[in-house]
Amino acid sequence: MNGEQSRDVEPDEDATFVRPFIITGGRSEPLQADLRLETLVVAVGVPDPSLAFERRHIVAVCERPTTVAEVAHRVGVPLGVAKVLISDLVVAGQLACRQPAELPLPMLERIRDHVRAL
Amino acid sequence: MSGRSDKIVPLAVKIVVSGGLGVGKTTFIGAISEIEPLDTEAAITQVSVGVDSLVGVEAKTTTTVALDFGRITLDPTMTLYLFGTPGQDRFSFLWDDLVEGALGTVVLVDTRRIEDCFPAVDYFESQGAPFVLAVNRFDGADRFDVEEVREALGLSADVPVLECDARSRDSVRDVLGALMDRVIGVRATPRRRTAALTR
Ligand SMILES: Nc1nc2c(ncn2[C@@H]2O[C@H](COP(=O)(O)OP(=O)(O)O)[C@@H](O)[C@H]2O)c(=O)[nH]1
Ligand SMILES: [Mg+2]
Repeated sequence: MNGEQSRDVEPDEDATFVRPFIITGGRSEPLQADLRLETLVVAVGVPDPSLAFERRHIVAVCERPTTVAEVAHRVGVPLGVAKVLISDLVVAGQLACRQPAELPLPMLERIRDHVRAL
Repeated sequence: MSGRSDKIVPLAVKIVVSGGLGVGKTTFIGAISEIEPLDTEAAITQVSVGVDSLVGVEAKTTTTVALDFGRITLDPTMTLYLFGTPGQDRFSFLWDDLVEGALGTVVLVDTRRIEDCFPAVDYFESQGAPFVLAVNRFDGADRFDVEEVREALGLSADVPVLECDARSRDSVRDVLGALMDRVIGVRATPRRRTAALTR
C-alpha cells in the first residue's frame, strides 16, 4: 500500500488494514471512480460460478438493488475495497449500476414534494 | 451496462447530515429512516481505509466516527439515503466522498457548543454545496434567535437557519423540506455566489 498517491499514511499495527489490499490485488484506485456511496448496484445475468469469496458474496447481496455503502457494510469490507470489487464485477458483466447524472429541476421538485409529504 | 429488464433499479439520491459530536445526527437520521441507522464499527473502518489515510483510526470504537446511514423510499422509483458524518475537522477527509453527488447537507448545531459546527460550515460553504443550518434545541440550552446563530457563524442571508428537534419525525421532515427548497433555489439562481459576496 505504498505509492505516490498515498498521503500521510501512518504505520498501523491493525492487521485489518492490510487485508483489503490483498483482496483487491494491490489496486486501490477503483476503475469506476464515480461509484458513490449511494450508487445502487444490482446483479445481472447468470452468476459466474468461479467467483470466490467477497466477489461471490457481493453478487449475492446485489440480487436486489443495493447501495455501495450497504454492500460494504454487509460484505464486511472497507468502502474503498467495495468500490474496487464492484467496478470489477461491473466490467465483468456480473453487476449493473445506475449512476444518476445531475438531476433536472423538475426531478428536484418531485423529491421536495415527496419529502414534504413524508 | 444495461441490466436485465426485470430488475428495476430505482434512482438513489442522498442528503448528508453533519455537525459536531453528540449534536444529534444519529437521532435525526433515525427519526425518519425506514431502517435502523447503520452506526457500526465496520462502517468506521470502511471509511478510514479507502482514502489512503489512517487518520482518526484511534477513535474507531466510538460511535462518533461512524458513518450513519438511513433510507427513505420516496416512491417506487426513487430512494433517498441519509448519510451522517462526524463534523470534526480531522474527519474532513470523509466529506469529499459524501458530498460527491449529494443533493445538499443539513448541518446540525447545538447552541451550547456553536463552534463545533465551524469546520462543517466552512467546508460546505467553500464547496458551494447547498446546505441548511438546523439548530437542535436541547433541554436546558439557552434559546437563541436563529438570526443570532446566523450572525455568530457569519452565514450569508440566503442560507436557511431553522430550529429543529432531531427526535421528532415531523421536525426532521421540515428540515429536509427546507433543504430541498434551498437546493432548488440554488439551482434556479446561478448568480448565488455574487449575491453572497455583495452582502
Ligand atoms: N433534547 C434533545 N436531545 C436530543 C436531540 N437530538 C439528540 N438528542 C440527544 O442527544 C444525544 C446525542 O445524540 P446523537 O444523535 O447520538 O448525536 P450524534 O453524535 O450527532 O450522532 C442523544 O442522547 C439524543 O437522545 C434534540 O433535538 N433534543
Ligand atoms: Mg452518531
